[in-house]
Amino acid sequence: MREIEAKEVTKTVSRLFQEACYYLPQDVVTVIKKARDAEESPVGREVLSRILENIEISAQGEVPLCQDTGDAIVFLELGQDVHIVGGDLYSAINEGVRQGYDEGYLRKSMVGRPFSARTNTKDNTPAIIYTDVVPGDKLRIIAKPKGGGAENMSRLAMLKPAQGRQGVIDFVVQAVDEAGSNPCPPVIVGVGIGGTVEKCVLLAKKALLREVGKPNPDAEVAELEREIFRRVNNLGIGPMGYGGRTTALAVHVDVFPAHIASLPVAVNMQCWCARHKEAFL
Amino acid sequence: MAKKISLPLNEETLKGLEAGDDVLLNGVIYVGRDAAHKRLIETLEHGEPLPFDIKGQTIYFMGPTPPRPGRPIGSAGPTTSGRMDSYSPRLIAEGLKGMIGKGMRSEAVKEAMTKYHAVYFGAIGGAGALAARSIKKSEVVAYEELGAEAIRRLEVADFSVTVVNDIYGGDLYDEGKAKYRRE
Ligand code: SF4
Repeated sequence: MREIEAKEVTKTVSRLFQEACYYLPQDVVTVIKKARDAEESPVGREVLSRILENIEISAQGEVPLCQDTGDAIVFLELGQDVHIVGGDLYSAINEGVRQGYDEGYLRKSMVGRPFSARTNTKDNTPAIIYTDVVPGDKLRIIAKPKGGGAENMSRLAMLKPAQGRQGVIDFVVQAVDEAGSNPCPPVIVGVGIGGTVEKCVLLAKKALLREVGKPNPDAEVAELEREIFRRVNNLGIGPMGYGGRTTALAVHVDVFPAHIASLPVAVNMQCWCARHKEAFL
Repeated sequence: MAKKISLPLNEETLKGLEAGDDVLLNGVIYVGRDAAHKRLIETLEHGEPLPFDIKGQTIYFMGPTPPRPGRPIGSAGPTTSGRMDSYSPRLIAEGLKGMIGKGMRSEAVKEAMTKYHAVYFGAIGGAGALAARSIKKSEVVAYEELGAEAIRRLEVADFSVTVVNDIYGGDLYDEGKAKYRRE
């Protein structure tokens, strides 16, 4: 059994959200550069150049990448031999969000009673926390600020099994097409196939944590990713929707078995500002 | 080459703008998101005056991050304009001439733009740190209690935007997509 102090968790969560909102992961920057060099549309190239300029300005640590510093999503991989001491884990995470959004001059975007009063909770809590228990004695913490613009363009469908592979492709392509310029393209398209309703959406969200453009290790799924990617980029939406060949930077698909009666498909849309940052304790 | 424009927008300037034009805005713009728009419309419905004279003005759909000490504003990129679609036609009828945001507008907003002569500019979604560089001054002018959603008055210099919808019915989203679409 290994002990981890709750206040270490708080400190780490605070740091991760601040870093995530100022420094875009290198893999994302690399694919945006590649897209800029390959883009046929002059307006599209200009948009991507400005995005790269924005990334550089933000990396100076004064102004966040995007004004929507998101809701605070936290993925935990908790080693089963870890014992959290000096406080409870989820309170420690929420405290980290509170501190990080304050110290980092990040926008607090969470509202209570979303269907009526919509009162800002003022500290960006509650965090949205998912925990997997894994072997070992470490705690992996992934902080993912996620903006509302792209999240709002996400979709779920319970397809008929007869719709099969083609049904999945058509649904995902349609979701990107209808989203148009709203989710700040170029986007990364997270796709979940299978499971139950909630499992499917979580698969789509977790697919966004993968290194950008790295294919699924399963050859059949990787082929599906390539086909969706090609069709999505043939839509012509382009950077910011001004027209161009780069609508998506990548399509990431993850798959899970499903009930004999079901074929769930979820699309979780990620803008180019694909922020996440992780640490091991 | 980007066209330099002084705000507020007048009829002559509006006539010279076409979908796809790169534009640098100079002068005053107002900032408001959903909550502020809802208040503005309620104010009009009660027959009361708006907290600022909207004639000829431009509204930026945006909610910034808090500024660090010594800076006028934090990160300041556009929010999704579609959430303002139910409010914008009324404000255009009241004299609003420009809107800045990201994402598609409804048919009703586009009709109001051609009927009353107003334009919709796109700013680069997510490029909030870059946008902040062109904002020289920021003050809250109404609904302070809304926090990041309060109405602000900004002074901008060479604030870079692209014309998405012009007064002639041109739409960069439609035109750009059609041009680069492949089967
Ligand atoms: S969709 Fe992403 S890049 Fe666009 S405003 Fe929201 S968080 Fe920022």
